Amino acid sequence: MIKGAFSALNASRRRSILTMLGIIIGVAAVIIIMAIGSGAQALILSQFETFGSNLIGVLPGKSEQNGPPAAVFGVTITTLTLDDAIALGQKNNVPHAIAVEPVSQGAGTATWRSESYDTTFFGTSADYIEVEGGELESGRFFSADEVDSTARVVVLGSTVKTELFGQSDAVGQNIRLKNTVLTVIGVMKERGTVAFQNYDDQVILPITTLQKLILGVNHLGFLRVKVDDGANIEQTMIDVTETLRERHGIKDSSGLSDDFTIQSSRDAIETLTTVTSGLSFFLAAMAALSLLVGGIGIMNIMLIRVVERTREIGLRQALGARRFDIMSQFLTEATAITLSGGIIGIVIGELMSVLITLVAQQMGYDWPFSFSLVAIIVAVSVSVAVGLIFGLYPAAKASKLDPIEALRYE
Amino acid sequence: MLIKVEGLKKDYVNEEVVTKVLHGLSFSIEEGEFVSIMGPSGSGKSTLMHILGFLDRASHGKYEFEGRDVTSLSDDELAAFRNEKIGFVFQSFNLLPRTSVLENVKLPLLYSSKPHHNATKRAQEVLEQVGLGHRLGFFTNQISGGEKQRVAIARALINNPSIIFADEPTGNLDSKSGTQVMAILQALNDAGHTVILVTHETFTSEHAKRIIMMKDGLIVEDKKVTHRRIAKDTELIK
Repeated sequence: MIKGAFSALNASRRRSILTMLGIIIGVAAVIIIMAIGSGAQALILSQFETFGSNLIGVLPGKSEQNGPPAAVFGVTITTLTLDDAIALGQKNNVPHAIAVEPVSQGAGTATWRSESYDTTFFGTSADYIEVEGGELESGRFFSADEVDSTARVVVLGSTVKTELFGQSDAVGQNIRLKNTVLTVIGVMKERGTVAFQNYDDQVILPITTLQKLILGVNHLGFLRVKVDDGANIEQTMIDVTETLRERHGIKDSSGLSDDFTIQSSRDAIETLTTVTSGLSFFLAAMAALSLLVGGIGIMNIMLIRVVERTREIGLRQALGARRFDIMSQFLTEATAITLSGGIIGIVIGELMSVLITLVAQQMGYDWPFSFSLVAIIVAVSVSVAVGLIFGLYPAAKASKLDPIEALRYE
Repeated sequence: MLIKVEGLKKDYVNEEVVTKVLHGLSFSIEEGEFVSIMGPSGSGKSTLMHILGFLDRASHGKYEFEGRDVTSLSDDELAAFRNEKIGFVFQSFNLLPRTSVLENVKLPLLYSSKPHHNATKRAQEVLEQVGLGHRLGFFTNQISGGEKQRVAIARALINNPSIIFADEPTGNLDSKSGTQVMAILQALNDAGHTVILVTHETFTSEHAKRIIMMKDGLIVEDKKVTHRRIAKDTELIK
């Protein structure tokens, strides 16, 4: 009977494939959703694992809880300063902070002899490695003393090192950032893009040196606080908020008058997860819609097949087919269409998932390819279910034909 | 007694208009007979064949098949009877398109409750019986009309039925093919099969041994054929 169902489909191949389209798209969407969902989830989690999840970020300016930081709108906000960072580093203000990293960023050209390269200047404190992670390829990182003394030293990201020095040794050489000459004291190991930040294409220098000698500014881009234990994140967020309000003379404890925004990396994970699950929901709705439309298409085509094959149904009844036999024949055919569509959809979905993975990896993200057996089982069951559900009415109609009238049908 | 019918009536009700098609028929048919049900169109002969062949039910009266009252059987039981007891041959052949001769002949076995271990061998046998042993793998659009009807006869034979019903079997055939088909039916009857032929042609009906003549839903004559026509086909019959 199954063989018969497939040969009946083969007989009207073009129509069958057109009918399958809805199912193909729906099933491919299901596969892609599940692959992207788990890929994005794994990416986000891996990003924050390497990054450390016990971080609190402080941005200048007020923003809504889940809205973008004010700086996104191109406004330079100067409310956060190096002195704020120093105050947060004091145990009596924020007891659970084990490291505070003030960050100021700029962009410009780094030059060594005749080589030059446009990159990001990342001004920070000696706590950089503690907070951000990362390892040195050669040389050393700068010390707290060098930050205090505005030392003319710089640590290169691996891309910058390669662009300027190629294979030759960079440590001990002098490079120029804009017009300031700095000595290279270290080179970072290649790290890739973590948490949407490219760690290799930047130069890292003491924040004081960047602010005073190169940019001529006094404010911070943002600062990060590392908390000793995940359990103390809530308390530390309160401590940081209170310290900053006191320093900035803010009396309002509602948070409405704050000139800074504080967020933990956990909040960020939640925000990102909300975004990806929202996306997944949207795609799932699309898939469901596509399967519904596909199912209606199947029902339509099966009704046409029943009418076209009225005489055949009559003949089969005359030869001894019971209602159940006719019903299962047409249900099998409907299911054969949807299952074939489902299998094509799975293949297309998997190919698309591989493509997405490759593109994401090409862009530098640590995006794993996830081949999900569950997704395939879901896709196969869904396509069989669509065939059974939408094939039911036409099959029932076929099984209720009167054999004599069916045999006479022209 | 193979078939016993008493006071058989059939009414069609369509939008509260009752059309009486059969007005109370009584007759019986023995095993091994070759009966022709003859009459003009509208005489009720097709309706009678449908009832006798379990495709339809009588409105009133009694129908005993092999000694069993079949008027109260369920739809599925009737389907099983059609499968096992009846072989149908239709005017328009009714073969499945895009399907081989062999698969067409095997089709009734799909609905049989009995297991079939040698389905292909059995299909070959019946195809050889109708002289088509060389056409097994042909598709139904590759053979002539006469051959199609012989495939249909082979299909009717595959479950070794109690009765073969042939409804105008020569109606769509040229006279040579028609003769071949009648010769096969006569040969099958000679071999012991009961054959019931439905036709409106006197010539065709005279190939049977007995003619039940119908008109306006009644049997007007039930007679033995005195000068039976014998269809000769030297090519086919061994």
